Amino acid sequence: MKLHEYQSKFRFAEYGIPIPRGKVASTPEEAHAIALEIGGPVVIKAQVLVGGRGKAGGVKLAKTADEAEQHARQILGMDIKGLTVKKVLIDPASEIKDEIYLGLTTDRAARRIVMMASAAGGVDIEEVAAKTPEKIIKVHIEPLLGLRDYQARDIANGIGLSRKNWQQFISIAKALYRCYVANDASLAEINPLIVDGNGELLAVDGKMVIDDSALFRHEDLVNMRDLSEETPAETEAREIGLAYIKLDGDIGCMVNGAGLAMTTMDIIKLYGGEPANFLDTAGGADADKVAEAFHIILSDPDVKAVLVNIFGGITRCDEVAKGILDAMSEVEVTVPIVIRLVGTNEQEGKRLLADANLETATTLAEAAQKAVRAADTATHN
Amino acid sequence: MSILINNKTKLLVQGITGKQGSFHTRLMVEYGTNIVGGTTPGKGGQWVDTDSVKLPVFDTVREAVEATAPNCSIILVPAAYAPDAIYEATDAGIPLIVCTTEHIPVQDMIKVRAYLDQKGTRLVGPNCPGILTPDQCKVGFIPGHSAMPGNVGIVSRSGTLTYEVMYALTLQGIGQSTCVGIGGDPINGTSFIDVLTLFEEDPGTEKIVMIGEIGGTDEEKAARYIAEHVTKPVVSFIAGQSAPPGKRMGHAGAIVEGGVGTAEEKVAALEAVGVKVARQPEDIPGLLANS
Repeated sequence: MKLHEYQSKFRFAEYGIPIPRGKVASTPEEAHAIALEIGGPVVIKAQVLVGGRGKAGGVKLAKTADEAEQHARQILGMDIKGLTVKKVLIDPASEIKDEIYLGLTTDRAARRIVMMASAAGGVDIEEVAAKTPEKIIKVHIEPLLGLRDYQARDIANGIGLSRKNWQQFISIAKALYRCYVANDASLAEINPLIVDGNGELLAVDGKMVIDDSALFRHEDLVNMRDLSEETPAETEAREIGLAYIKLDGDIGCMVNGAGLAMTTMDIIKLYGGEPANFLDTAGGADADKVAEAFHIILSDPDVKAVLVNIFGGITRCDEVAKGILDAMSEVEVTVPIVIRLVGTNEQEGKRLLADANLETATTLAEAAQKAVRAADTATHN
Repeated sequence: MSILINNKTKLLVQGITGKQGSFHTRLMVEYGTNIVGGTTPGKGGQWVDTDSVKLPVFDTVREAVEATAPNCSIILVPAAYAPDAIYEATDAGIPLIVCTTEHIPVQDMIKVRAYLDQKGTRLVGPNCPGILTPDQCKVGFIPGHSAMPGNVGIVSRSGTLTYEVMYALTLQGIGQSTCVGIGGDPINGTSFIDVLTLFEEDPGTEKIVMIGEIGGTDEEKAARYIAEHVTKPVVSFIAGQSAPPGKRMGHAGAIVEGGVGTAEEKVAALEAVGVKVARQPEDIPGLLANS
């Protein structure tokens, strides 16, 4: 789950990281009041969960409160890469002498949290990593020791930070680590961490991603979720415990298991089709869950055919069949459906579906070819 | 022959009285697994009756180990309790722990793995379907009816996709030595390389199937390892060719991040060292026959 810039920075501040004393506005009038309160030049920043908002015109500088209000009016409601801006952050403008990147994430290969820093702050770190990897300093953190002072000092030294900023940098780096661990983050970035006009370090932009698996112990973070990050169907699916991702094609997929779901999509493509979604019903899906999954797939207007691929292990084929029949009795199904059931209670499942006028298949390849043909026929009719 | 588990495995079920625990205990007993007992804190002294056997329930793993001497443990408890269950089994001296639990927080797994590395305990999983040695022992969910004994070893990051591949082999009369699900999490206990090493050493395994998916670089590392250390033929399949970047495809570990972890890179790395990579699971039996 991603957090907005203001949510991330306010959280950083709780751990002692210096941030600009800004506030969030949902209306141009609020923006005016905040700018007045801050006094002097301010930055108006769109709060959206995508990168590249600056280039899209979502970040503006204002000298007066009136100007801040005008910019806020323009930015609020703006569409940035398909997301509507609902809030703006009004921060006092800072004089920037230097820009640093500082971030934490999980290094899967090393099985450690890794702190990364670069003197080339303010730009996309992935770009720096791709073009000039030598400019990124990395330090792996032992889980039983945490981030040590010397490691933070190594980073400060490595990115060529002036010695007079080292002590402050060490305290910021350690605070960011504490914040990352305490909030079960999978990413925490300050980009840029600037040296301001007074020669002090200041976190002017921030980003956090929280490990979804850990949300059960972070109720405060759960309430911060911005639903615009996902489609309504994705929200519905998440709330009932299904993994669903909307894609661009026209063949709806319902599969049990993530690996098999990906494979089903791959094979649809192999036979010339395009999957409309990824959907994993997860282990042990019962009839109700299957019916809801089916609803979600059919609610996508792009879907011209549906492929159901179930390999029964924990999941029972008869439960899946019941769920499909339940869903079909509630909504009118106008698209062709191809079903493949293998494994636990396969015969019972097939018996239940025998009268439902559905196309069946024995192998995955056969199922995919039939679904691709069905979608093609629907497109050309 | 086989790896990790066989008919000498004595299994302890952690979370034996839970919904998942009791359901899978019954299925594992039906398959012929020698389960010696289980644990559920607060329910020590009770018995779990599976029709064919009565299994003792203990409050703690330490008590269960003293009374029943298991050499393997399976963890069937929710994510919030799973790390503790792994530590408990480790400290009780159980050498092989299989954790099926999905959605364990990544930071918990970083600590778990660091601790296990110190102790020398082997963890398979988490977020995995377990291990199956056909006709000998099943630890986890892998459906026995899709398998038959033979000499092909299977290692996979997935669950149902593994069953699919195993079933495709069985239909063609190609049996399996052992099938190991290492799990779909970004940080796990046992890697592809660990299992490839065991299959290479196992006289009962002649060929190996490795099923990978997008995310991370474990398949690339495995490819380098195969080139230097594996003499047995390896056939592979990589799921997620059509997955969009930046999206987590069901498994916590199945995500292409910053251009790393794509199916193309993995396929290329494997093919570069002579591993045949199937375009679909149904092609695997044919590729094995020609290896």
